[in-house]
Amino acid sequence: MKQEELKSRLEEIKDKLIAIEQPRDNRIYLLCEAEDAYAVDKFLFEGLNLRFVIATGIDAEGCFEILYHFANDETGTFVTTRAFIRDHENPSIESITPLIPGAEWIERETHDVLGIDFKNHPNLRRLILSDDWPEGVYPLRKACPACPEPAEGSKTKELKNEKDIE
Amino acid sequence: MKKILNKPVLAVGPFHPLQEEAEFFQLTLDGEIVTDIDMRISYNHRGIEAISETLQFDQVPFLVSRVCGICSASHPLAYVNAVEEIAGITPPERAQYVRVIINELERIHSHMLWVGLAGHFIGYDTVFMWAWKYREPVLDILEEITGNRNNYGNVKVGGCREDVPNEMIPKIRQKLDELEKKVEMLVKVVLDDPVIHARLKGVGVLTKEAARQYAVAGPTARGSGIAIDVRRDDPYAAYSDLDWNVITQPEGDVFAKAVVRLLEVLESIKIIRQAVDKLPDGPIDMEVKEIPAGEGCGHAEAPRGETFHYVRSDGGNRPVRHKIRAPSFVNVPSFRASCIGQHIADVTITLAAVDPCYSCTERLAVVDGHNNVIHDYESLLKLSREKTARIKKEIL
Repeated sequence: MKQEELKSRLEEIKDKLIAIEQPRDNRIYLLCEAEDAYAVDKFLFEGLNLRFVIATGIDAEGCFEILYHFANDETGTFVTTRAFIRDHENPSIESITPLIPGAEWIERETHDVLGIDFKNHPNLRRLILSDDWPEGVYPLRKACPACPEPAEGSKTKELKNEKDIE
Repeated sequence: MKKILNKPVLAVGPFHPLQEEAEFFQLTLDGEIVTDIDMRISYNHRGIEAISETLQFDQVPFLVSRVCGICSASHPLAYVNAVEEIAGITPPERAQYVRVIINELERIHSHMLWVGLAGHFIGYDTVFMWAWKYREPVLDILEEITGNRNNYGNVKVGGCREDVPNEMIPKIRQKLDELEKKVEMLVKVVLDDPVIHARLKGVGVLTKEAARQYAVAGPTARGSGIAIDVRRDDPYAAYSDLDWNVITQPEGDVFAKAVVRLLEVLESIKIIRQAVDKLPDGPIDMEVKEIPAGEGCGHAEAPRGETFHYVRSDGGNRPVRHKIRAPSFVNVPSFRASCIGQHIADVTITLAAVDPCYSCTERLAVVDGHNNVIHDYESLLKLSREKTARIKKEIL
């Protein structure tokens, strides 16, 4: 998809967006509220056939940002959905894993390190933190203690079939 | 010993059988056919993204070159691409060419390492010995330029740390000429060997649609017919001045991925030859005063695929957020698509075909639920090799 076509197609979801920013020719940011992120990502992945790259979670001042990076490889352009989660106490957002299976791990990782609840995620188990990492301590939150005490008997990263083995 | 209650479960790990790194696979079996796969990773989680927020912008390249020893040129490069995007700077031309040379040498040694291991696992130890022998001169060149065989730490914001000396160019050319002949021979051996065809074709197929769904990168995507390559799509360093081909294969099986990697070595040789021919004179770094507030997406084509770094700056001297996505993070989950329905003798090579990358050691246990037997690493290796021997007997 050429750049002009991409830009005109992005107009189709304008009502879901707060703004479209383009700091450089091949870097486009779509700003939206958390509730609209699923619809925007669905449009980018299925409607525009862009390649999903990864998602980035950020603890910004007073809110969380989830950035879904998509790539249009024909022009080397990143189209990034910037979703704002306004509730800093109980952050949650709709999971895109049912739409893009490749997003399963990054949503689990973001859940681990930032404590964001991905609604309707098929499998939101712990992915990257160690087994004795305490519950409710999120290392990439700005307010995270520098070195939390390891927890006794905390939830381990169990495998799907573990209940089948004694 | 653990008693199996319901389904037969095959446990691979916690150390990867081929790459000898920490990872755990749990395969659910029906007879010898895999019906489900679950994975557990991060035995070696080092919190690099969090550490990066405590370092200054010019210290981070040394940190991210330790994300992976093999990809220690691509990670810093993706990072500096992101930071240079924030700062709006373009490093001197010679630095751009040096970056290309180091990155392509890295690709050659990484692909040769994989070819050797893949050969070892299907019982072709000659391929293993040869591929690793031919890889050695490439590491020598890297050591001579950067001081290290791995963990080069050669790029920095605004340029490079070590230069490729002009006196070294004839030597690089000569080593590449020798390597090219050997790789051409290896390619011929692989493409002409009926046993390798029979053993690897149709094994561990990742369809084009599944590759898109799992958002895979690099040779894993190109082996499934998706022609993506950051070097061509969003050129960085000096790639836009150089001429080479993006190798793709439509089949998506292990054989296709092997062919992609082998042919890419030849393309990399082509790239380095052009880069040393065109290597301009001049400085290899520039002064970078400060990094303004802003955000940048940087990516680079590592041997295993696109390495992606997102950096955000608030105008201070440290990144406020630094997200790293290594290609294996998206390639490994695609095992769900490529392993289910496979025979267990094919699983080791299928798992190895994406060239996964974690950190080191080895152990493996297989639990056969029907017979209640525990196989070890050796016996799974034996299963894989026996299948090759069987095919060999049928063909020859």
